[in-house]
Amino acid sequence: MGKLNNQQVIQSITSAFGDRISVPTEPYGFLTFETTAENISEVLRFLKEDKELKFNYLTDITGIHFPEMELSIGVIYHLHSLSNNVRVRIKVFIDGNAPHIPTATNLWEGANWMERETYDFFGIIFDGHPNLVRILNVDDMTVFPMRREHPLEDPNRVDKKDYFFGR
Amino acid sequence: MTNHPIFTDQDPQKETFTLNLGPTHPATHGVFQNILEMDGERIISGVSTIGYIHRAFEKIAEHRPFYQITPLTDRLNYCSSPINNMGWHMTVEKLLGIETPKRVDYLRVIVMELARISDHLICNGILGVDTGAFTGFLYLMEEREHIYEIYEEICGARLTTNIGRIGGFERDFNDIAFAKIKKFLVKFPPILKEFETLFNRNRIFIERTSGVAAVDPETALNYSWSGPILRATGVDYDVRVNEPYSSYQDFEFEIPVGTSGDVYDRYIVRNEEIWQSLRIIEQALQKIEKEPKGIFHADVPEFYLPPKEEVYNSMEALIYHFKIVMGEIDTPKTEVYHAVEGGNGELGFYLVNDGGRSPYRLHFRRPSFINYQMYAPMSAGMFLSDAIINMSSLNVIAGELDA
Repeated sequence: MGKLNNQQVIQSITSAFGDRISVPTEPYGFLTFETTAENISEVLRFLKEDKELKFNYLTDITGIHFPEMELSIGVIYHLHSLSNNVRVRIKVFIDGNAPHIPTATNLWEGANWMERETYDFFGIIFDGHPNLVRILNVDDMTVFPMRREHPLEDPNRVDKKDYFFGR
Repeated sequence: MTNHPIFTDQDPQKETFTLNLGPTHPATHGVFQNILEMDGERIISGVSTIGYIHRAFEKIAEHRPFYQITPLTDRLNYCSSPINNMGWHMTVEKLLGIETPKRVDYLRVIVMELARISDHLICNGILGVDTGAFTGFLYLMEEREHIYEIYEEICGARLTTNIGRIGGFERDFNDIAFAKIKKFLVKFPPILKEFETLFNRNRIFIERTSGVAAVDPETALNYSWSGPILRATGVDYDVRVNEPYSSYQDFEFEIPVGTSGDVYDRYIVRNEEIWQSLRIIEQALQKIEKEPKGIFHADVPEFYLPPKEEVYNSMEALIYHFKIVMGEIDTPKTEVYHAVEGGNGELGFYLVNDGGRSPYRLHFRRPSFINYQMYAPMSAGMFLSDAIINMSSLNVIAGELDA
C-alpha cells in the first residue's frame, strides 16, 4: 500500500524548506519535525498540495505546555497521506505569553473544531480562525485549564476535609 | 455566548423561527444541543453546542499512572469500550516496546470485533427506530445482550469494561467464554439476516434514508471524517488495514465501501462490517487453537501486575507490585501516537511521556468529536426529520464527543 517511505518524505521537505524546519526524527517510525509559526502555513500547504506527498488528511491538532521552556506552548499537527499511507507530525513552539499561530482552517474545514478545542484548553490564538470561541468548557471560564499551572483539583476546597468523613 | 442565534434574535418581523433542539431531546440519543434557524420544516442554519458532559479526561490522565487511565477510556465511546481499552494498552505497549504473544493479539481481536459488532448494532438499530421501525431494534438489543454476557465472562463488567491490562489480559478466557462466543457465532447470523430482510429492501426505510445527507469523498476528507461514515462515501481508509495492529494482518477480511455517502450507504456499510467482523472472529478462534494454551499476557513483570497470591508469598512479586503501583519504573522519555479503528473511526492516542509515573500529556483523537463538526453545516437545507436521521447515522456518542 505504501508508495512512499519516510526517507523520501524527508528528502522532499528538506529540499523544499531547508533550514526553515528542524532535522526530522522518527520516534517509533513516526516522522516528526519542528518548524516556526511564520513557516507553518507554508509547510502545511506544501504537504497538502504537493503532487507526490499528498498529505490530504488532517488527523489531529492539539497543544502542549512546557512552562519551563522559553517558547512554552506547543502546537502539534498530525497529518496523514492516505494514498501513500505515511504519517507526519509537525510541532510548532510559540511564546506562552502571546501564543499566536496562523489557522489551518483555510486548508481543512476539519481544523475548525480542533483549533477551537486547542484554544479552549491552552489559550492558543489561531489567527484567521472564523469563530475562535470555547467549545468544551463553559463560555465564562477565565483560565485555560490544560496549562500546567492549573492543578487538577482546587487545593482550597473545603468539602473534602477528612473530618466530614469521620477521619 | 454572543454568537448563538437564539440570543441575537432581535428582529420582530423575521419570518423564520429559532428551534432549540436538545440538549436533552429524546430523538438525539444523548446530550446534544443544536440551535436551529427554521423556515417551517426546513433548517436554514444551525449551531452545535457541545461539552455538556465534558469530564476533563486529558487533565485527569496527567495525574494517573498508565494502568489507571484505562477506566477513563471506557467512558469515551461507551458503546464499544473494549476497543478504547485495547487502543490504550497498545499505545503504552508501543511506548514501552512490549511485544505481545500472538495468542494475546488474537484474543484482543475477538474482543475488539465483538465490540465493533455491538457498536454497529446500536447505531443501525437506533436508525431503524428513528425511521419508525421499532422491531429491528429490539431484535438486535437481545444480541447485544449476548455480547455483553461474553464481556462479563471475560472481565466481569458489561458496559464500562476496563478489559485487559498492559501486556495482555488480567486472566485467561475461560471455557464458558469460548462456548458463549461460539454460540454467538451460530445464533447471531440468522438474526442479522432477518434484520437485513426487514430493512435493506424496505420501501419506507429506503425512502427515508436514500439520498439523505449525501456527502462526497472530498468534503468528507476535508472535514477529517473517518470510520464507516467515511467509507460510505467511497474512501477505503481503515486503520486495521492501513496500519495493522494486534496482528490484523493475519486475517482475511474486506473493507466495505459505499458510493453516495448517504444515510442508507452508512447503514449498509455498518451491516457489512458486522459480517466481516464475524468472519474475523471465526478466523481468530481457529488461529487460537494452534497457539500454545494458557498464554494470556506478555512476560513483562515490570509492567504487568503479578497475581495477588504471589504478591503475598514471594519477594520478587511483591517488589514488582510495589514498583508498578508506586510508578518507580523508568519509561522512555518520548512521544508516541497510536491509532485503532474504533466503532466510529480512527481513535488515536497521542502520548507524551517524561519518564514519570503518569503521562506528561495525553490527547485523545476522538472520532465522534471530529465527525460531528460537519453536522450543523450539512444540516442547512435539510428537513428537520432528515437531520434527526442524519445524526443517528453519524453515531455520535456523547461520551466520546465531549471527552
